[in-house]
Amino acid sequence: MQYKQWEGFTAGKWCDDEVDVRDFIQHNYMPYEGDGAFLEGPTEATQKLWKEVLKLSEDERKAGGVLKADTKVVSTLTSHPAGYIDKELEKIVGLQTDEPFKRGLQPFGGIKMSEQALNMYGYELDPQIKYIFTHYRKTHNDGVYDAYTPEMRRARTAHILTGLPDTYGRGRIVGDYRRVALYGVDYLIERKKRDKDLMDGDMTPDKVRDREELSEQIKALTALKEMAALYGFDISQPASNAKEAIQWLYFGYLAAVKDQNGAAMSIGRNSTFLDVYIERDLKNGTLTEKQAQELIDHFVMKLRIVKFMRIKDYNELFSGDPTWVTESIGGMGVDGRTLVTKNSFRILHTLSNLGPAPEPNLTVLWSRNLPAGFKKFCAETSIATSAIQYESDDLMRTEMGDDYCIACCVSCMRVGKDMQFFGARANLAKCLLYAINGGKDEVTLDKKTGKHLQVSPEYAPILGDGPLDYKEVVKKYEQMMDWLAGLYVNTLNLIHYMHDKYSYEALEMALHDTQVRRFFATGIAGLSCAVDSLSAIKYAKVYPVRNDEGLVVDYKIDGDYPQYGNNDDRVDQIAVWLVKTFMSKVKSHYTYRGSVPTTSILTITSNVVYGKKTGNTPDGRRAGTPLAPGANPMHGRDKNGALASLESVAKLPYEYSRDGISNTFSVTPASLGKED
Amino acid sequence: MTGRIHSFESFGTVDGPGIRFVVFVQGCPMRCLYCHNPDTWGAGGKSFSAEEVAQTALKYKSYFTGGGGVTVSGGEPLLQAEFVTELFKILKSHGVHTALDTSGILFDAREPHKFDELLSVTDLVLLDIKHIDGAEHKKLTAHSNENVLAFAKYLSDTGKPIWIRHVLVPGITDNDDYLKALAEFISTLKTVEKVEVLPYHNMGEVKYEKLGLDYPLKGVEPSTKERVQNAKKILGSKK
Repeated sequence: MQYKQWEGFTAGKWCDDEVDVRDFIQHNYMPYEGDGAFLEGPTEATQKLWKEVLKLSEDERKAGGVLKADTKVVSTLTSHPAGYIDKELEKIVGLQTDEPFKRGLQPFGGIKMSEQALNMYGYELDPQIKYIFTHYRKTHNDGVYDAYTPEMRRARTAHILTGLPDTYGRGRIVGDYRRVALYGVDYLIERKKRDKDLMDGDMTPDKVRDREELSEQIKALTALKEMAALYGFDISQPASNAKEAIQWLYFGYLAAVKDQNGAAMSIGRNSTFLDVYIERDLKNGTLTEKQAQELIDHFVMKLRIVKFMRIKDYNELFSGDPTWVTESIGGMGVDGRTLVTKNSFRILHTLSNLGPAPEPNLTVLWSRNLPAGFKKFCAETSIATSAIQYESDDLMRTEMGDDYCIACCVSCMRVGKDMQFFGARANLAKCLLYAINGGKDEVTLDKKTGKHLQVSPEYAPILGDGPLDYKEVVKKYEQMMDWLAGLYVNTLNLIHYMHDKYSYEALEMALHDTQVRRFFATGIAGLSCAVDSLSAIKYAKVYPVRNDEGLVVDYKIDGDYPQYGNNDDRVDQIAVWLVKTFMSKVKSHYTYRGSVPTTSILTITSNVVYGKKTGNTPDGRRAGTPLAPGANPMHGRDKNGALASLESVAKLPYEYSRDGISNTFSVTPASLGKED
Repeated sequence: MTGRIHSFESFGTVDGPGIRFVVFVQGCPMRCLYCHNPDTWGAGGKSFSAEEVAQTALKYKSYFTGGGGVTVSGGEPLLQAEFVTELFKILKSHGVHTALDTSGILFDAREPHKFDELLSVTDLVLLDIKHIDGAEHKKLTAHSNENVLAFAKYLSDTGKPIWIRHVLVPGITDNDDYLKALAEFISTLKTVEKVEVLPYHNMGEVKYEKLGLDYPLKGVEPSTKERVQNAKKILGSKK
């Protein structure tokens, strides 16, 4: 073997001059089919340390949401000296800045946003930084606004395109942080250098950019080593034991969150990888179970205190201050063995040792074939903590293999092999209103004329007093979706071009294969509202109500209509049609850097804000009231119990919504039966 | 054959074993004071053929693998015995487990075979004994419990599996003497697989308001945990 740190591991192509973490896992991991009886409680150090964190959290709440914020030092991998919560107690070290709960200054996405965020919490941006980022260093946000077309700006103002990553970091990129532990940084640098040398020939703009990006990646890896050195670690070589493996891996992730203030900064699929190291140490007698759990507890503690300086609206949009540190757990291997290990248990057990928390977003990749002991443990932990997210491994594995992870809440990518251009979402409920009104927004007024803003080109609106004709509405809806899909894709093309240019995720991308697969992740909001509206038009009689301008601003419904969420094909098939139709239109456009178009239906909390900007809809929903989250039926319209509701959602074609479909579903334990 | 249906629940977890598709039929002759579904008493509901209901239920067949199936509840299913019989026949032909959630009030000891055809396609009867004491039963439901007890005996004699259900209401059924008498009666039955104590809750109260009815048990609090445990102990309800 190349490194003595690998002694005791089974060789494979992973150590034959290849970066292949999956191969390492497959050759070395030990599936665990037992129960959680082996687990240990928190150590004294864990309890003490966690108490200090809780105290800081309390102080942060009292301070109005932000305890401290950097106003002077721009956050880079090496911008701050080492920071600790309590150096004596911490088994895993590393903070985003030099103090716990002190938020970094990350202006590359947009200096205005950084300044606003600081001002909202009573801080003043250092004038010199402001000057530099206004006069010498352009940001992503400036780039986007320099290039936006008037139509793009109108769509944004009217919120038919919402949540676009044009003023903040796009996030959703998950580095393969395991590579840092398995290979050490020097080897990763060497590989990237080789890749760069091979990238020769005609210097097309694409190739020039690729070469420049590789240089950035190499610099970021070098900075990663320097960052670790600030904490007294040399991570140029592979990690030699479990503690180092967790520490090396965490340094990789820490570097990412120092570098990027992304909407979702997920961490990947690490617990089974780390189990290999823990098992080796347990076997060598250099680690006890108690110590292993302590390492995981301390690691998770660090992930719980990842923080970004963001504007308050952002927190409102997401109902909190989420960082989406999603860790994907378990699942099945393509060879039929489960990928559940003892460490899958340990990481979930942090919810008991430290108490429940929303971050890291512990996500179990669920398969019907998971070991019974693990399923039971998950169920027990869910009942006790309500803090586990579940996703269908059976659904995703067929397409993504067995080494994918979830970014944000549902978006899956093969670790280190795929990245994505996060694209927020298009409001399809509003799009339907545009179809009826010829592209005039039903809420937003034109500042100059005081009339309703013409957002799309002037399409012919639907005339007359109704009832609305389904065929006519669908025809116009298709035309409006043609327009919207084109505008949407092109807006994202522009945004991601600028993000790459001004806020490139060099460190995260350094932990990807150079030839990476890119996804172009669009999204749909307001699905069930649009679907029920179409159903109302089709099966009941819907009469438009017009204002003085002649614009339809309300709808009168005469009769009943089938509603999405009741396992009724008459309406559920409209939902299937809508997803397929919109996605097909998205696919027909050029997407940036040869990315693969996908879509998601997953607004989990922002549906409330999107609803605020959407007028009365033909399904009877009132203006300003929330749209349903994700692919959920509209609130209270699913009248046949949970399975009927879920079956409706399950009809949505995953092949057309590869970036994920979410359904928010709450149950009380009592509604699941009378017994334990 | 059509039935009058109040509603469907696709994810029933408390009316019989496993995950159950529950059909709530419309109409009930009883007027139990604690009834939490007063909206199922009278006329109304929607008409469905047995075939339509069966096809709707069969959409969920894949969820029935853990011992689940279809439960007809109500309302009082025996009011529409013919419809339920036809529905259960279709379901049995698809191998689906069937359960009948009934008060047994329409049983008539003088013509015990009236429901034989229905029972032949019923795998389990969830028999709700409202009160063991005849006079109290009348007060509580406006009917004597004679038919109910006779039905229980008939089910036992004909070998039909029964789950006994009993609603525990403070001041009405939550009384050790009554509970002991009920336990004694249950001990004479040979086919009881389970006894379920259902603690009274007042979540039906809003429905009464909506229907413009007075809520007869206004002010009655749900049973305490201790009393529920006590009732379970006396009735020997298998966990």
